Amino acid sequence: MAATATLVSPRPGTLWTAFASNRLFWVGLVLLAAIIIVAVFAPLIAPHDPLEQNIVVRLEPPSAEFLLGTDGYGRDVLSRLIFGARISLLVGFLAILVAMIIGATIGIVAGYVGGRFDQLVMGLLDVMLSFPTLLLGLMIAAMLGASLQNLIIAIAITEIAPFARVARAPTISLKQRDFVEAGRALGFGPVRIMGVHILPNMISDVIVMSSLWMASAIRTEASLSFIGLGVPPPTPTWGSMIREGFENILDGWWLAVFPSLAILVTVLALNLLGDALRDAIDPKLRGE
Amino acid sequence: MMAVAAGAGLEVRNLTKHFAIGGGLLGPQAQIIRAVNDISFAVPRGTSLGLVGESGCGKSTVARAVLRLIEPDAGSVVFDGIDVRAASGSALRALRRRMQIVFQDPYSSLNPRRTIRQALEEPLWVHGRGSRKDIAEKAETAMAEVGLPKDAIDRYPHEFSGGQRQRIGIARALVLDPELIVADEPVSALDVSVQAQILNLMEGLRARRGLSFLFVSHDLGVVRHFCDRLCVMYLGRIVEQGVTADVLDRPMHPYTKLLRDSSPVPDPKARLVMTRIVGEVPSPANPPPGCTFHPRCPRASGPCFSELPQLVHRTADRLVACHWPEDWPIPA
Amino acid sequence: MTSASAAALDIRNLRTEFKIGEGWYPAVRDLSLSLAPNETLAIVGESGSGKSVTALSILGLLPRAGARIGAGEVLFDGRDLAKLSEREMSMVRGNAIAMIFQEPMTSLNPTMTVGEQIAEAIVIHRDGSRKAAMAEALRLLKEVKIPSAESRIHDYPHQFSGGMRQRVMIAMALACRPKILLADEPTTALDVTIQAQVLLQLNELKQAYGMSVLFITHNLGVVAQIADRVAVMYAGEVVELADVDTLFARPTHPYTEALLRAMPRADQSSDSLDPIPGSVPALTAMPPGCAYAPRCPYRQVRCEEQRPELAPAKDASHLVRCPVRIAAEVSA
Repeated sequence: MAATATLVSPRPGTLWTAFASNRLFWVGLVLLAAIIIVAVFAPLIAPHDPLEQNIVVRLEPPSAEFLLGTDGYGRDVLSRLIFGARISLLVGFLAILVAMIIGATIGIVAGYVGGRFDQLVMGLLDVMLSFPTLLLGLMIAAMLGASLQNLIIAIAITEIAPFARVARAPTISLKQRDFVEAGRALGFGPVRIMGVHILPNMISDVIVMSSLWMASAIRTEASLSFIGLGVPPPTPTWGSMIREGFENILDGWWLAVFPSLAILVTVLALNLLGDALRDAIDPKLRGE
Repeated sequence: MMAVAAGAGLEVRNLTKHFAIGGGLLGPQAQIIRAVNDISFAVPRGTSLGLVGESGCGKSTVARAVLRLIEPDAGSVVFDGIDVRAASGSALRALRRRMQIVFQDPYSSLNPRRTIRQALEEPLWVHGRGSRKDIAEKAETAMAEVGLPKDAIDRYPHEFSGGQRQRIGIARALVLDPELIVADEPVSALDVSVQAQILNLMEGLRARRGLSFLFVSHDLGVVRHFCDRLCVMYLGRIVEQGVTADVLDRPMHPYTKLLRDSSPVPDPKARLVMTRIVGEVPSPANPPPGCTFHPRCPRASGPCFSELPQLVHRTADRLVACHWPEDWPIPA
Repeated sequence: MTSASAAALDIRNLRTEFKIGEGWYPAVRDLSLSLAPNETLAIVGESGSGKSVTALSILGLLPRAGARIGAGEVLFDGRDLAKLSEREMSMVRGNAIAMIFQEPMTSLNPTMTVGEQIAEAIVIHRDGSRKAAMAEALRLLKEVKIPSAESRIHDYPHQFSGGMRQRVMIAMALACRPKILLADEPTTALDVTIQAQVLLQLNELKQAYGMSVLFITHNLGVVAQIADRVAVMYAGEVVELADVDTLFARPTHPYTEALLRAMPRADQSSDSLDPIPGSVPALTAMPPGCAYAPRCPYRQVRCEEQRPELAPAKDASHLVRCPVRIAAEVSA
């Protein structure tokens, strides 16, 4: 007695169509792409050397030669802005990547193992989460000292707990699913079950949050640089540029405004993208 | 075709499992759910034993405890002479190969992100059952054995119907050539016509491969068809055990009788004439004293209120846990 | 009304369609049924038969987008429900026609107490104070035999067991003394002993309130228990309509026959089940002739070409959509 050979029709629609129809997704994507391109091709795009000082033209308002004006040392604001994008994106991306890997792993293991271990880990995470992000970043950066590497580490640490939380919840519900029990019955070890069966079914939740939190990471970076705990001068970063602008606000409004706008646009782009991702993932494709 | 090991049966003795709900490091006092209490039964090679009961009776917990998907608190589980509870590491893995499970919900038993091929081949890889080619062949054979077309093997679960997914679940359970299959309500989520297909499939597999089955179900019709022997469970205990047709035709425990009488039969002349069906199953966290069925039992009196009846032989082939079993004449 | 027994509900040539892709496809095709006062009509079918869609169509509960009543009339109390506006329909729902569903947890509002929900139905449809409504709610809870109704009236749905919640839903449905009760698989999710209680109770209440019941189920056993008449549905059509004794004594349509042969029974041992080969055709791929023909052992050439009509078999009240079997019956 052979069963029927006809199969049920394939699932209609995919993740992509859900994105593509969302206009804000495109806005965010285009903006972010533009920023990335600018950062990557900075040496080709920037009209001047961001480090070149020229006291003669210090504190000049926007002009044909210096499109966004010059700062207190006569450096071209536009070029510094363009190179600053590199730092912001690099720090944001790497910090989130590290945080995601470590945080998601902690979350999945805690969720899967359960019991006292889970309670302990959640307790620790809650402690971490109760610190304001900036304060936490500040403490860690102060302890480690100001450098690009330490900045990334500090920001990554602040974002580990949120990722762990976001990874733990779906792990707990997936753990109950029959196919996970089937894996155990078939003799699969916990590493295989977590990596092959649980992780792929929840990774989209985590990735969606990463886009939103990258915006947060960039803001933290700017704040830390503003305080002076970020990448040390003369490397241009948006945060330190705002700081200089802050000190010279009466002499040159352009010094504070443009870096602020840059952060605004970047964070906006990431938020739009993240929201669109979250809307697309959310309930439609969840229960198949 | 395959070696028949003499006496490779399952023997369960005094299996017990309690769950603590609530509590934890900073929680309120935990409640104890006495899900499974002192369960004993045997499934000889090539036979099928049904575990029936309603929600909260513990049958699913027993099924999982036998496979150590849930760790029993007490009792012994012996398969083919091997102590399942004591096994660990590679010994446990070897045992896992021989005892497999089929689930109720065809929509949850397969990983949606893996193709059928991956789902079928994975256990073979993990247990190192041959070369790449051998494994691929084995997976394809399993597909054929459950009546699915071979070219469907590279598709994803969502492309199949419920009945087909159930077949895939069975194929996955077969791929390691097990000797015992624990089936937890394997057809409850399927339409009648599909249910019959799957039951016939399992019947055929049982005959061809000499499989033993521990068959959990709430449906007496299905159990009567498929199972040689039957255990009726109530609130974590076995209340009656015997040959299926006998138990259903001549129930000795009042609960078995209630269950049997409540099960709707496609015959309008056999309408329920129960006048008083009282009450519902009490919570397993708070079982009544004495016989746990006494609040609902029309025959309760005397020792029923204080003394838990033991599961004893009432005839050569029937065990009943009741102080006053139904008086049915049993032919010698 | 000139006919001797005016039907409580008269469905004529109902066609309910769903939008799939770009086209509209019928899930219910040319369905005609009438429900007499005080009778229980069971609609039995498997998934994809259109039985639930029928009930939803009667009460205008189809999803707004992607579903519509393409043709036909649903005559009740001198009006065609299919043509009523949403506002007019909302005055019928819960009032003259009530519905109960399979999953009481999702049909009851978890944030309102049980008493409030029942009272709400009363307050909306009938004049009177809230106090009077709550008193009536209490009376209803007692009528459906909820123990300690006085205190439980202030409990929330999650504090009740499945069987109790189902009774609450019945109480809510009865609050406005409906003429017709639509019951969509109301006992499918319940344990079998609870199901028996609920079915008995529904029957008692039906007598007491003088209602007609349209009972939808996939379980032929339940049908035999409670139905006066039965309509068997397949692929959106009624394929057999008969009173309950006739249907089980002389199942004429090949699908009805096949269903009965595929169903394992708790009261009879059987050596083999006859599964029905194949599967229900997809809405988008309905065959031109008889929808069941591809799976039918009696099929003839004309079955595949011409869609059969419902016609009487041996007696006028027994309708079958199969000329082949009618001819065989008549000549037998």
